[in-house]
Amino acid sequence: MALEVMARAASPIPLDIAFRVEPGTLLALVGHSGSGKTTLLRTIAGLWRPDHARVAVNGTTWLDTAARVDLPTHRRAVGVVFQNYALFPHMTAAQNVMAAMQRPDRAEAERILDLVNLLGLSGRKPAQLSGGQQQRVAVARALARRPQALLLDEPFSAVDRATRETLYAEIIGLRASLAMPVVLVTHDMNEAQLLADSMVVIDKGHTVREGTTAQVMADPDALRAMGIREVAAMLPAVVVEHLSDGLTRLDAPGGPLFLPGITAAPGASVRVRIMAHEVIVSRARPEGLSAQNILKGTVTRIVSGKGPAVTVHVAIGAHEILARITRRAAGQMGLQPGETVHAIVKSMSVARDHVARTIDGARA
Amino acid sequence: MDWTALWLSLRLAGWTVAILLPVAVLAGRFLACRQFRAKGLVEALVMLPLVLPPTVFGFYLLVAFGRNSPVGDLWQGLFGHQLVFTFEGLVLASVIFNLPFAIQPAQRGFEAVPVEVREAAACCGMSPLTALRKVELPLAWPGVMTAMVLTFAHTLGEFGIVLMVGGSIPGETKTIAISIYDRVQAFDDQGAATMSAVLVAISLFTIALTYWLSARMGRRLS
Repeated sequence: MALEVMARAASPIPLDIAFRVEPGTLLALVGHSGSGKTTLLRTIAGLWRPDHARVAVNGTTWLDTAARVDLPTHRRAVGVVFQNYALFPHMTAAQNVMAAMQRPDRAEAERILDLVNLLGLSGRKPAQLSGGQQQRVAVARALARRPQALLLDEPFSAVDRATRETLYAEIIGLRASLAMPVVLVTHDMNEAQLLADSMVVIDKGHTVREGTTAQVMADPDALRAMGIREVAAMLPAVVVEHLSDGLTRLDAPGGPLFLPGITAAPGASVRVRIMAHEVIVSRARPEGLSAQNILKGTVTRIVSGKGPAVTVHVAIGAHEILARITRRAAGQMGLQPGETVHAIVKSMSVARDHVARTIDGARA
Repeated sequence: MDWTALWLSLRLAGWTVAILLPVAVLAGRFLACRQFRAKGLVEALVMLPLVLPPTVFGFYLLVAFGRNSPVGDLWQGLFGHQLVFTFEGLVLASVIFNLPFAIQPAQRGFEAVPVEVREAAACCGMSPLTALRKVELPLAWPGVMTAMVLTFAHTLGEFGIVLMVGGSIPGETKTIAISIYDRVQAFDDQGAATMSAVLVAISLFTIALTYWLSARMGRRLS
C-alpha cells in the first residue's frame, strides 16, 4: 500500500518531483516556503492538479494525467491535517471526527479522540480548545476516514514550543499503530529528523536529495538549501534520573549523557538530536574540560565538501554521531577512518525540543 | 384596514423568498468560490436593480413580460392568460427586482467560509452537495438569512415596480403599499395610518428576528 507520487508542472511554480512512501513509514518533504512542498501535498489530496502528474496508492490510481484519471478529492481515501487545522467551527470535536466517517459512529469517534489524548473534550467546539488540542482534533478527524495515506501540512507550526514537544511524542506514539504511508510537509529540520523515516529535500520545485533521514541529515550538500548547520545525528537514550542541579542523566550508547530541560520521566526512551557543528573531536579523553558529555567511538568516514569543513562520522556502538570540524583541524590531527576518538558534546548545545520521547515514554 | 392587500403582500413576499432561497444559495456560493472572466459583469448585473429607479426597471419588465414579448407569449401559451397585471407576473418581477438583496448577502456569507474549511470537507470524503449541506450552509447561514429577511421586508415595501407591472387590481396585484397610497389619495388618513403602522411593525419584527437569530448563530460558533 505504498504511495507513489510524480508531479511535473511549469506553473505556478516549476515542479519536477517523484517519490515513493512505503506503508507504515513517514516521509518528510522539506524545503523553504515556495519550494513546492505544499503543492505536492495538495496534488496528492486532489486539491491541485499539475500539468503532468501521477498519484497512486496501494495500486489504486488517484491521478494520472496521461490516462485522464483524476478522482475528485472526496473520492480519494486521504487524511489531511491542515496547517491551521481547518476544523469545522460549528461542530464539536466529536462531530468534527464523525464528519469524516462514512457511517458516523459516536463510540468510534470517542475511541479515536482517546487515541490522541482528547478524551473528555469531545463535546467542545474548536473555539473552546487550545491550539494543541485543535491539532489533535485535526489528527483524529484525518484518521477517522481510515485513510490510505495521511498527509500532514506543517501541522506543528501554529503551536508554541512546549506544546510542540508533547505533540511530537504523540505523533511518534501514534505512528507505531498506523499502517498507511504518512507524508509530513515541514521547513523545520529538527521536526523532520525527530519524526521522519525518510526525507526528500526540495528546492525550487526540484529534488535536491532523497534518502533515509540519517543519510540526508548527514549530507551537508543536501542541506545547503536548508542551512548547512542543520547537519545532525540522532542518538537513542534512556532517561535515568533528574539531578538536583537541573540536568538529567541519560543512558546513551558510548556513555552517559547529561542534558538540561528533559521532562520525560526516568525509564522513558528518547531520541536526542545532536547538531554536528556542536561536536568537538579529541584523540585523547580530555581532562579539565567543562563539557559534560564525552562519547568514545570509532571514526568510520571523513566526508569533505566544497567548504572549509569536513564531516567526521563516528560510530558509537550501532549508532553514529557526526562532527563538523574544519578541514584544517582534521589535517592537523591526522584523523583517519578506524581510529578511536572521543566526541564531546556540550550539554547546553542540546535544545530541549531536540529531544523527543519515543513510543515507551510517549505518555509519561 | 385592507386585509386583502396585507395578505397579498405577505403572499408575494413569501413566494419571492421561497423562490430566491435556492437561487441565493447557489448563485451566492458560485460567485463566492469561483473566479471567471465575466465575474465583474455578472456582479454588476445582479446589483443593477439596486440603482435603477423602480419605474425604469418596471417599465422594462412590463415590456419584457408584455403581450407581444417572447416571455409574455410563452406564458399566454402555457397558462392561457397574460403575465402582466397578474399575481404570477408580480412574483416574477419581485424575484428579479430582489436579486441584489438576496444574492449579495448570501455571497458575503459564503465568502466568509475559509477556503481550507471547504477543502477539509472534501478531504473528509464529503461530496460537494454534502459539504454544502453540512459545512458551508451552516457557516454561511447568517448571510443567507440576512438575504432572505431583506428580500421579505423589501418586497413588502416595494411600490414602483408593483404599480408598473401589476397595476392595482384588488386581490390580485394590489399590495399593502399601493393600498396605503390609494387611501392617501382618497383622503382616508386614518386608514393609511393604521396600515402604515402595521407595515412598520411587521418590518421591525422581521429585522429584529434576524438580529436575534444571527446573534444566536454567533454564539453557536464560539
